[in-house]
This record gives sequence, structure tokens and C-alpha cells, in this order.
Amino acid sequence: MATTKQKILLPAILLANDLLDGDVVFWTERGWSIDPAEALVARDETAAVRLQEVAAAALARGAVVDAYLVDVALREDGLPVPNHFRERFKIAGPSIRQDLGKQAAFAHLRGRA
Amino acid sequence: MYRYDQFDEAFVRERVAQFRGQVARRIDGSLTEDEFKPLRLKNGVYLQLHAYMLRIAIPYGTLSSVQLRQLALIGERYDRGYGHFTTRQNLQFNWPKLRDIPDILDLLADVGMHCIQTSGNCIRNTTADHFAGAAADEVEDPRPTAELIRQWSTMHPEFDYLPRKFKIAVTGAPRDRAAIRAHDIGIQVVRHPVSGEVGYRLFVGGGLGRTPMIGKLVRDFLPKAHLLAYLQSLMRVYNLEGRRDNKYKARVKILVHEIGIEEFRGRVEAEFAALDPAAIAADPEEVARIEAYFAPPAFVTLPETSQRLVADRARDPAFDRWVETNTFPHREPGYAAVTVSLKPVGGVPGDATSDQMRAVADLADAHSFGEIRVSHHQNLILPHVRQDALHGLWTGLVAAGLAEANAGLITDIIACPGLDYCALATARSIPIAQAISRRFASAERQREIGELGIKISGCINACGHHHVGHIGILGLEKSGQESYQVTLGGDATENAAIGQLLGPGIAATEVPDAIERLVAVYLAHRREGETFAEAVRRLGIEPFKAGFLATPAESANAAA
Repeated sequence: MATTKQKILLPAILLANDLLDGDVVFWTERGWSIDPAEALVARDETAAVRLQEVAAAALARGAVVDAYLVDVALREDGLPVPNHFRERFKIAGPSIRQDLGKQAAFAHLRGRA
Repeated sequence: MYRYDQFDEAFVRERVAQFRGQVARRIDGSLTEDEFKPLRLKNGVYLQLHAYMLRIAIPYGTLSSVQLRQLALIGERYDRGYGHFTTRQNLQFNWPKLRDIPDILDLLADVGMHCIQTSGNCIRNTTADHFAGAAADEVEDPRPTAELIRQWSTMHPEFDYLPRKFKIAVTGAPRDRAAIRAHDIGIQVVRHPVSGEVGYRLFVGGGLGRTPMIGKLVRDFLPKAHLLAYLQSLMRVYNLEGRRDNKYKARVKILVHEIGIEEFRGRVEAEFAALDPAAIAADPEEVARIEAYFAPPAFVTLPETSQRLVADRARDPAFDRWVETNTFPHREPGYAAVTVSLKPVGGVPGDATSDQMRAVADLADAHSFGEIRVSHHQNLILPHVRQDALHGLWTGLVAAGLAEANAGLITDIIACPGLDYCALATARSIPIAQAISRRFASAERQREIGELGIKISGCINACGHHHVGHIGILGLEKSGQESYQVTLGGDATENAAIGQLLGPGIAATEVPDAIERLVAVYLAHRREGETFAEAVRRLGIEPFKAGFLATPAESANAAA
């Protein structure tokens, strides 16, 4: 998990699990969203530090759990895709059940992990 | 089966009410996540990758049809219509919402169930032989012992904050089907060779995880009445001397390993000598009350072999194959214990839909006195089926998609949820199991290979018991990719052994071929009637290592 002491890999997004249903959520310009396509992408360190501050404040408020920054690559259409396979699975859903998780709701995630 | 008394009922209801309040305070912000997390874990609520997970205790793997139907209902109403049976004989739901969990716990309490002792540094749900009360080779049903331990250990004030979690398994038979030597304490019900008295043999310091150890004999014979006093002595030594500075060195296996079993035994015996076993033992009336719940069902007197079964097998080859692999000798003439495989070819090991749970519950009512067991192999068991009724049962299982004839065979794979669900996992487990299962799908080929247990874990914590698999597979991360280490020669039975590593990690796509090469070595070298595990014990690891490390071209040449 990213902390302020670790070097921030860029570009990065902020994700967390929603307190009430555990669903993975992404920080956007308008607050938390369940759609990774809306995630606010930090492209420089200043923006990433700002995301870390958002994470700390959100955890303190308690609306989300396990908030941390994830380094991503940007697809041609701009969709952020985590560099690590763990977070790719976390966002998409179980690879063995394409009918479950976000991949079931968002076509852009299917078969991508 | 054990049924709650007024005390059990009141206690569980009180816990649900308590947790309902805790969830409400978490949601309204009065509790922080740091404050709430230990409370939710005490009630079996984990946060996984995609959602919360609820782990439901199934003490010693015994379920009634009523309880299984309730689990089906919860799966349908509050989850995604399925549940996952685990290697600790429990059930996990993968998608519950936090605000629903108190309601789920109430539904569980309605049928005498809960999620207590499924997490945290306490004595966890006690597991037992899944053929308990049915197996022909049993000295005694281990479940009254397991239930006594459950009652004694639940919220035991002295042992509620141990250095680390603590797992106990009990078997009533000399053939260990409960993996007792892979547990912190393993208990075997034995008959004293001279006096004939029934008592216990105890092992301590077994465990898997990052430092796998086989349990060591700590007491060869313990009178039954001394059990709780002896467990208290042992737990007290661990509680006082187990490490709390490093969670990776905190299990009792590390303490036993560091001071040696002789020293450990000496400390336990010294503690035991200072206690008054009679003062600690459960009231004999309570012991008798518990035992009465596990009295055998009303078996009828039948001939040893059912002629109807013989005829059914002769006319139906698919049924015949299933009987051969999925039935187990029962202690009562004319009965059998049945393994309901949760390992369809290409399926998810241990998963069952709500419809399948209901089908098994109905079949249990019709054919097995309403009783079901969960095995640590992630299958279900119908423990008491009349041989006459096996064909009818099988027909029902076929209709429910639960009649895979593979118990104990190469496709009866144990796999943890892995990175498809688990936040701790380093790689996926289930797709590996699915790929192997598809590769060896042929029923004839599986039967030709015979008994072979593959166990897969998606991280070093070893929930998939890979260390004690005849073939073990451990998923790790290597250079940003999933990578799989393969071990050989593990054994979870009375011949308990930790598998040895065959070579460097391989990619997921290479695993089925690697398993093929190991099977080929076995088939080339086996003696008449020799199982895979026996062949590995006789031959040692080297010929298998050579097969494992052979390139595809080399193995093609060897086969030619």
C-alpha cells in the first residue's frame, strides 16, 4: 500500500472499498465513483500527493476502507489500467466469474485483467 | 446432532445484538475502521478484494438439512446465489453488504449457527473427520470431543487473546482424514493397548503457512476425563511463552520447534501436574448430554451387501463408477457414506449454488437422516445412506450437477479462493485447478491414475494445504507475473509429510503440462496396486524432479 514515505509511481489513481458494500470505488473530480473510467488520474507528484491527502481524509471520515494509490498505464481511450495484476483483478472482479464484479457492469473491463 | 440449549441460544443472540450495534456505530461514524476491524473479525467479517466476506462456522463440519437450507436462503437473499466451502469445513459468502450482516447473523442464529471463532487470535472452529460417526474404522465418534472443545474454548477468558490463531482437529479413527498433524493440536481417539480404555493421543505444533511443520507427539495416552485440564495446560504454556513480537513466529509450532518437543512436553506436564483435572473437567452430566446428541441415528438391520445395489451397478456403468469412487465403507451393514463432489470438471472447487445446497438438503432428508458433513477437501458428505437407496440418491445428484465421480482422484483438487477473491493472495488458485481438471477430465484416465491429491494455495498462508498435497502448488508473484511453485510428496494423513520443492516457479500456462510429466513418471514406475503417494515414498523425489524439469521436447522424446 502506498504511503507518503514511498516513492509515488505515476501516473496514479486513488481507489478504496466502499464502507457499506465493500465495492471498489475510485476518486473522481466529483467524489467517489464505482466506474474506473471516471477515476481522476494524477500525472505528476503534486497531483499524487493531493490524492494521498484525499485518501487520508476519506479514511478519517470513514466513508471508505483501505484507500491507497495505484500506479496505472493509460489505455489509448484514456482508461487507467493498473500496472499490477492484483489491482487489475481487484477492479475487474473474479477472473473465473465474468458475471460478477465490475466486469459484469462495465463492458470496458471485460477480459482485460 | 448437537442442538443449542438455552445458554447457547441466549449467548449467540446477545452476540448478534452486540454486533448490530457495532455495525450501526461504524456506519454512523462513531467507530473508526481501526476500532471496528477487530470487532468485525470476531464475527467472521473480512474485507476481500471486491467486497466483504462472511465466514460462517460449521463446527466439526456437521450440518443439518435445515441449516443447509438456511445457508441457501442467505446465499440467495444476501449474496450472489452461491457459497464457498473451505478447507476448514466452513462456508464463506463472498458478496455480503455490511449493513445486511446483522440480519444474516440473525438468520444463522435461527438455525443454531454463527460466525464466532472463524477469525482472530483465538481457538478457531474445531474440525473433525468428515466420516465421523459413520466410518467403519472408527474407535469412537470424535464429534462429542470436538463439541466439548467448542464449548470450552468459546470466549474462554484466558485464551481469547492468544499470540496467534489456534486450530484443533480431532479424528476418531487410526486412518487420519482430518489432517490432525497439520494443526496446532491434533487429537486422535485411541483405545489403550493394555487396558482397552478409550482416551486420546495428542500431537502439537503442526501447521502449514510460511513455516510448515508436522505435529509432534506430545502425549501418547490421555484419559478422556483429563482432556480439558491437559488442553488448558498446553494452551497456558503457549499463551505465556509463544512469541508476540513477530506474528510470523507466533504460532505454537515455532515455540515447539525452538525449545524442542521434550522441553515443551515437560512444561505442559508440569503445568498439568499442578492442576486438579476433576475441577476443570466438564460436568459428567454435561458430557453425557453432549454425547446423547451424537447418538447414532435409527439404523435398520440390513445384510452387509445390498443385492439391489449389486444389480443397479451391473446395469448402469456411470453409476457403478460413481459408487466405486464416491462411497466409503460404513460401520453399519448395508449402509455407505457418500461424497458429494463439489469438483465438477472445470468448476470452482468448493463452490455450491443455493439450488445445489437445497438439492443436497432434500437428498439428506430422503436418504441420510437429514445430516450433511463438509469435508476439508471442500466436498459435502451424506454420512448414512442405505446401499439400497444409492441409485436413487445418485439420480438426484446427477440432476443437481453434483454427481462427479472423482472423490480422491486427480480432479478432486483443493484450492483456496486465491487472487480471484482474497486480499492476501499473491496469485490465482482457482484457474489453475480448473485447467488441471480440464486436462484430466477423462473419467477412464482419472481411474487409471488412481488416488492423487493436488492442493493449491494462492499465497504462502497455505489455506489450500499445498504443503501436504501429494502434488502441491503455491502461487506467488515473480517479476510482476503470477508464478507457481510445485512440491511433491506431501501427505495430510497419518503418514503426514511436507512436500519438497521440485524446481523453480513456472507460469500458469505451464502447470497442466508439468502435472502431466509427474503423472507420467508415476505411471512408468508404479508397482501393482501402488498409489501415487506410495510410489513417491518408495522412489524418492529425484525421478519426479527429472520429469518436472524436463523440457517439453525432452518429455516428448521420453514418451516416444
